[in-house]
Order: sequence, then C-alpha cells, then structure tokens
Amino acid sequence: MAVLDLRDALNQALKEEMTRDESVFILGEEVAEYNGAYKVTKGLLDHFGPKRVLDTPISESGFTGLGVGAAMMGLRPVVEFMSFNFSLVAIDQILSNASKMLYMSGGLFPIPIVFRGPNGAGPRVSSQHSHNMESVYAHFPGIHVMSPSNPADAKGMLKAAIRCNDPVIFLENELNYSAKGEVPDGDYIVPIGKGDIKRAGDAVTIIAWSRMMNLAHQAADELAKQGVNVELLDPRTLKPLDMPLIAASVKKTGRVVVVEEGHFFCGLGSQIADSIYTNLFDYLDSPIVRVAQSENPMPYAANLESATMPSVAKIIQAVNQVTYRT
Amino acid sequence: MASDKAVEKPGKPEKAGIKKDLNSGIPREKLVAMLEKMLTIRYFEEASIKAYQQKKIAGFLHTYIGHEAVGVGTLDHKLPQDSVVTTYRCHGLYLALGGSPREGMAELFGKVTGCARGKGGSMHFFSKELNYLGGHGIVGGQFGIGIGAAFKSNYNEENAVSFIFFGDGATPQGTFHECMNLAALWDLPAIFICEDNQYGMGTANSRAIANTDIASKAAAYGIKGYTIDGMNLAEVNEVMKHVVNETRTKRRPALVHMKTYRFFGHSVSDAGLYRSKEEVDSYKEQDPIGVAIKELTENKWMSEEDVKGLQKAVKARVQDAVDFADESPEPPLEELTRHVFKDEVENMYDPANVGGVK
Repeated sequence: MAVLDLRDALNQALKEEMTRDESVFILGEEVAEYNGAYKVTKGLLDHFGPKRVLDTPISESGFTGLGVGAAMMGLRPVVEFMSFNFSLVAIDQILSNASKMLYMSGGLFPIPIVFRGPNGAGPRVSSQHSHNMESVYAHFPGIHVMSPSNPADAKGMLKAAIRCNDPVIFLENELNYSAKGEVPDGDYIVPIGKGDIKRAGDAVTIIAWSRMMNLAHQAADELAKQGVNVELLDPRTLKPLDMPLIAASVKKTGRVVVVEEGHFFCGLGSQIADSIYTNLFDYLDSPIVRVAQSENPMPYAANLESATMPSVAKIIQAVNQVTYRT
Repeated sequence: MASDKAVEKPGKPEKAGIKKDLNSGIPREKLVAMLEKMLTIRYFEEASIKAYQQKKIAGFLHTYIGHEAVGVGTLDHKLPQDSVVTTYRCHGLYLALGGSPREGMAELFGKVTGCARGKGGSMHFFSKELNYLGGHGIVGGQFGIGIGAAFKSNYNEENAVSFIFFGDGATPQGTFHECMNLAALWDLPAIFICEDNQYGMGTANSRAIANTDIASKAAAYGIKGYTIDGMNLAEVNEVMKHVVNETRTKRRPALVHMKTYRFFGHSVSDAGLYRSKEEVDSYKEQDPIGVAIKELTENKWMSEEDVKGLQKAVKARVQDAVDFADESPEPPLEELTRHVFKDEVENMYDPANVGGVK
C-alpha cells in the first residue's frame, strides 16, 4: 500500500478506470494540457491522448450537456468542474437532463456519468467560489452524491462512481487534495451507499464528511484527552445514506453531532438529523446538535471567513452540548 | 481534440430556392410514402387535440400541425445509426421516424404501453431503436444531448450524424451558442435544424431575436448556414439531402433555418390572439399536405380515390392508436420508483425507511 495525496488517489482511479474501459473519457476546463487546475488529471493527456482527455471551452452548460448526450449513446463521461460553483451554470443539464433521463424515458436511456470537482470553500476566495452543493444535488432523485474524506476512500469511491450506470455527483475539496493516506493498490472499490466508522467510540457519534472529517478527527483527539471517546462516522455516500450504519452507531452512543461545511438551513445535516429523530428517537439521550456554516455569503476577510466556517472549537462545543458538559 | 480545420469558408447563408414542384426529383413511391407520414402526423395530432378536450390527455400538448414537411422531408435522410433530439414539440418527429402511433398515443394518455411507459408524457417521447433521444421540456436544453451524440459518433469512429431540432425561441439561449461553438471546434457531425414558426410562444421573433436571419449565425462559428422554405416538402427534402451528406462525409456541423408555421397555438391552451386570421390563413394555403395532394393528383401520380383511400387508411391507423391507448392499463404502482436508477446500490434511498409515512 502506497501513501498518496488524495489528488493522486483520484488520479490513480481515473487512470485505472480509463485503462479498464475504453468508453470512459474525461472532459472539462484545463483537464488536459494544463494537467488540471488542481492536478487531479495530471499525466492523463500524455497517457491516453486527446481523444479521451479533452480541454473544453468555458461552456459548462454545453460540455455538461455533451456528456449527457454521449452517455445516452453508451459512452461513460467523467465531467470535471474546475469548481462545483461552476456547476451552477450547468445545473439544468444535471438536474433536468442527467438525473431524469432514465425515468422520463421509461427506462430506455441510462446515464452513466460522473460529475466531479472541488466543492466547498477554498482559502480566501470569497462569496462566489465557496458554495457547498451537496444538499442541492441530494434533493433530487435519480442522482447519487458522494464525497470522500481520505485518499483510500477517494480512489475506491471514484472507481465505484465511474462504474455506476447512473449519474453520480462526486464532491472533492480543494483544501483536502493534499491530505495523505495509505491507498490500496489495484482494483479497490468502495461501494456507493456504504459509510465507514473512522474512529470507534461510545460517548457521542460525530457524523461528518469530506474535509469536515479532518476537523472531527482533531476534535476527537482533543476530546479524548478530556476522557470523551467520540465515534466518527463518515457516510461517504451522502445519498443514499448508510442508515443501518448510522443506526448502529446511534444505538451505541445515544448522542449525535452532525457537522457539515454547507449552510445550516436545509443543509444535508438537517436530513440526517430528521432521519435519526424519526427512526431512532427512543435511543437518543439528548437533542442532536448541528454544526454548519453560518447564514451569510462567504466573506473575504480572514476573521470573518473563519467565523463563517465550522471549526474544531465549534465541534467540541457541540459535543459538550450533547453530553451536557457545558 | 485537435481539429485539422479543413473548413470550407464560413458560409454566407445559403438560400435554397429549389423549384417548388414536388415532382422535381422525388420519385412517386417516395412522395406517396412522405404524404402518408405527413398525414399520420396530422391525424395523430388532431386526434390528440380531441382527446385533450375529452380530458383523456392532460398537461401540456404542443402539436406539430403545420411543421410536417420539415420533419418528414428531413428525416427521410436519417440512417439507422443516426440520432435525433428535439424540443417538447416532439410527436411529429417520432412519427416521421416511424415510431409507433399506438405507443405515442398511449404515452399521451399516460398508459404503461406508451413509448416512455407513461412517465414522460407529451413532451418526452423516446425510442431506443430509432435513437430518438427525446423530446425535452427546457428550451435549449437538448443542444448538449445532440452534440454529445455527434461526439460519440466520432469517438467510436462511426459515420452517424446527429439531428438537433429546436425552435426559433431557443436561438437566444446560451446553450445554442455554446453547442454550436463546441460542435464547430471539435468537428462534430451535428445538424442544427431551427424550426422557425416565427413565435416563441406568444412573442414574435422580431421582439425577441436581434438578428432574425438565423442561418447567418453560422458564420460566427465558421460553419455553413442554410435557409429553407419549411412549408415546401420538395425543397426541405432536396436541400437536406445535401446537408446530411456533407455533414456525414466532411464531419462538419451545419445550421439550417427552416421557415415554417404552426397552424394551432403554441400549445392547446393557447388561443393565438397574437396572430391575425389573415396571417394564419396565408400559411394554411401553403399547407404541405394540401400542396402534396394537389400536385400528386394534378400530375396523375395519384387519383382522387387513391388519396381518399390513403386518408382513410391513415385515419383508421390513428383511430386504432386511440383505441389502443384508451384500452391500455395505467402504469402499475411499482412503476413509481422503477427507473429512478438503473443499478441497485447499497441502502437505496427510500423515504419509508428514514421516517416517511409507511
């Protein structure tokens, strides 16, 4: 097992899947000659050539739609958004076309397509480059939403997404591309819909994904010093959620903190909390506490930016709240 | 994808100006077959309006009446490997391709025997075997699908072309320009066919489009543009033969401006108060079905009895489709959550399992 950056784990997954299946190709802004804005596609143009690694013009709606049409005709496109903020320009293609095509054609046209790229806030990039899109895309049927927190998951999940015959929204994070971790060699698959316990504990379940899991790890280290053993649960796939895994953990701890980078209102965490309340109410020893982004556009100023975002301190505070330690 | 850019000069729009005579080159057999298709579309749409009034069809219903020559004359050149995508005005092209009137009407009736199992409805006709990639409900939403099909033709080194139909109302949409640019940039065999019926719903083109000479927009992307009288079956058929052959062999996209007219409102709920009776009547005089019948009989290629026999046979087929749709079952409730996904995955989302009403 090699230790890789998360970006290189994604690169490995792309390379392996493109080698395995000729119908897989990748297109997006700067993915080919520039080697990707975040270097996830580094070396792919040299390896696979311009037929399968395509630099697009800045036409998100156009090239996303092209991907949907190619998928209808049997190809397996991977569409890279340089940032998921730009997927908003193409959202009609994702929601009106990709996510509904199989259904509204009565099962005739499956859409095997992956939309991937960094989601959430970069460092100091202000309001228009900091959206978290998971709760938007997870709202709509016909599309799976995945978001890895570590390199091994990144590889296994992306391979599963590419092999899936349905549209997958695959949310990476700019601030997580350099995260390091052991990555299994070869054909390593993390199935869609399977979460993972990243750290076992019995006091509180912290549910977090993508970069928020890193913060949760730091909070867990701090809390362990105080004698509070938290369990870290990464759903990995955000829709469909691994409810059996969540249920087992909640039954064990009885207390839940849900951490997400996106805004509080209608954030994915509210769906997770709702699912726990309605199914596991009798197992809860305290109300669920959510940690999420505050209700303002992302400001540029450093102090305001960090006040907007979830933090280790806020997670610890949430754990104190559910354990009545405050 | 590097393009060798062996491009002809970015064209001035070509005005076709083919002779209006139907016997200017179309063999009799083919002409009769095209008349039959146009009649199938016309009677199918008339039956759908009637069924709508009887409340057997609901929602939106945009008919193809008046556009028949465009669809029939163009798709005469479609080969099995080619694909077609269009707007919500999608019944006519489906029938022009040879789609089953029974399955089409059943779709309108919301029955499981419909071409999309009753889940798509009027705006979403599909056929896998015909590579009919759908009617689409968002204006301009289908351009990407069309160039994606053309991309696949190049990717797999096939000689398929992609027919992309759209209305004049879609030309101010960004997707139109993005996809023309991509198709020209990547040498995609895509034919952009604008069915210009002069109104985007109730808004006249002059109030919505800065330059209503649609074909001239081809020059912006270094491709050829054509203007065709879409009421004239012979002209549509002849010019499209050339356009399709060029696109198939030279692997360059083209833009075609078909000037046509819808005899009814934008949809069945549109009384059409923004158009004068004189204007509508002047186009009805050019009705491609009436013209075809007149020329066929004048040329003695068909007798009046032949015409009546054909009309009767087509009407009977459409009535059979209506009866079939009427008698077909609604989709069983299992269909509700079927085809949301192709693949089963772990912990498939089901509201009943996470707290919804059991």
